[in-house]
Amino acid sequence: MNDSTDAKPLTGGNAAATPKGGTPKISIRGLTKVFGDKVVLDGIDLDIGEAESMLVIGGSGSGKSVLLKCILGLLHPDAGSIKVDGEEVVGLYGAELDRVRRKFGMLFQNAALFDSLPVWENVAFGLIQGQRMARDKAREIAQQKLGAVGLGEDVGLLMPAELSGGMRKRVGLARAIATEPEIIFFDEPTTGLDPIMGDVIDRLIVKCVKELGATALSITHDMASARRISDRIAMLYKGKIIWTGRTAEIDRSGNPYVDQFINGREEGPIQMQVRDL
Amino acid sequence: MPILQPIGRTFLAFLEATGRLSLFTVLSLSHCVRPPFYPRLVLRQMVEIGYYSLPVVGLTAIFTGMVLALQSYTGFARFSAESAIPNVVVVSITRELGPVLAGLMVAGRVGASMAAEIGTMRVTEQIDALDTLATNPFKYLIAPRLIAGLTMLPILVLIADIIGVFGGYVVSTQKLGFNPTSYLQNTWDFIEAQDVISGLVKAAVFGFLVTLMGCYHGYSSRGGAQGVGTATTNAVVSASILILSFNYFITELFFAR
Repeated sequence: MNDSTDAKPLTGGNAAATPKGGTPKISIRGLTKVFGDKVVLDGIDLDIGEAESMLVIGGSGSGKSVLLKCILGLLHPDAGSIKVDGEEVVGLYGAELDRVRRKFGMLFQNAALFDSLPVWENVAFGLIQGQRMARDKAREIAQQKLGAVGLGEDVGLLMPAELSGGMRKRVGLARAIATEPEIIFFDEPTTGLDPIMGDVIDRLIVKCVKELGATALSITHDMASARRISDRIAMLYKGKIIWTGRTAEIDRSGNPYVDQFINGREEGPIQMQVRDL
Repeated sequence: MPILQPIGRTFLAFLEATGRLSLFTVLSLSHCVRPPFYPRLVLRQMVEIGYYSLPVVGLTAIFTGMVLALQSYTGFARFSAESAIPNVVVVSITRELGPVLAGLMVAGRVGASMAAEIGTMRVTEQIDALDTLATNPFKYLIAPRLIAGLTMLPILVLIADIIGVFGGYVVSTQKLGFNPTSYLQNTWDFIEAQDVISGLVKAAVFGFLVTLMGCYHGYSSRGGAQGVGTATTNAVVSASILILSFNYFITELFFAR
């Protein structure tokens, strides 16, 4: 470990910021987002290749969720460009933005299921509302997707409030893949689950992404999960990407920030502001 | 200037809130008239706002009508003007009390639940989920509620008018010794189309205001359970104040000569 290494953008890791070959599926340049006087994202550059599983790690409050929300157009960046399939998405709105959003599926941190709708309708939502599919056909697909995440037909009739944490995540996953999107985002997929259920969800994520041939972008601070689901990892610290590289190489990153994070140590360049009692 | 600073800050915050609400209103209205429409959701909201508010609005109306007859009797008996009671009851109910009380009751019942529901959807990322599923939350959540509020409140108020007048009739005939036939005849003779129409126009405006406030405060709520609680309170308080102030302006529009 080289302690004198300062945090520089895109250092270490042979793969750097650009994936191997071809046009990137998602290309982010100079992405900046400011809340009040707090710079949350400070000129992010990141490329995600076709059918690649990219993962962003970083501490709580490092701007990981903001990054996802900017790409989805839920937040408007203050500067920078986001291209999906070469098309600029910053500044799109209305029907144009909806057209781009149809390429995406997202598994939210707490699943964000619609409480007022039964499980099957949650899963079929993108098909019925987004694609205007007939309800019967959408219901059939929803049951099939629920089956793919290991949930039976009876679960489809339950309301989200009746589900356990692990089931909610699985329904959320089924909803994310129901429209067979080209790109799927996973926001802390294993947070709040026991380790075994975490592994189950991770395996389902890998299976679904591979079967759909989708591009995945996940954010997490669970390193066990990170290793299982990703091809490449980027680390976000103080609004900048300070390291990117292949998942297999993360233990040899040579970056003290990454080393501290993946080993979960208190000592290191990342200092938590803790006062004495 | 330590005194001017808070004044300036409050004024700017007020302007910001007004601007945000105006934009929200324009955006909501524009989504009410542009496809895609969600008739199932509109119908569900109509049942929620119209049908389920019937008991509370009906009870409010009947007791208001009853107390109105009783109070006017004690007042008018001094001048031997008891015969004006049917007139007072029907005009008060249709012009003012029907729409205002129904509006306030619906603000407490429907406005609060809308703010709580949409606020919870906001803080649990369900509104973000709608967006990512390529469904506009303004069309899916807000437009159906506004349309239902705008159409259901006049119907509720029409029913409340009838129940309120009936309340006055029951007290007058059973307790105050009025002749049933002449009471009804008097009511019918005094009532004018404009009284009822002005009340229904008020009702439509109040229905819009209640649902708009519920949706606006819910949609802009932040910060977990406390944020949702604040949104609910703000929705009811702002809707009530708007109802009372708009009531004055609409009355002036209709009746000031």
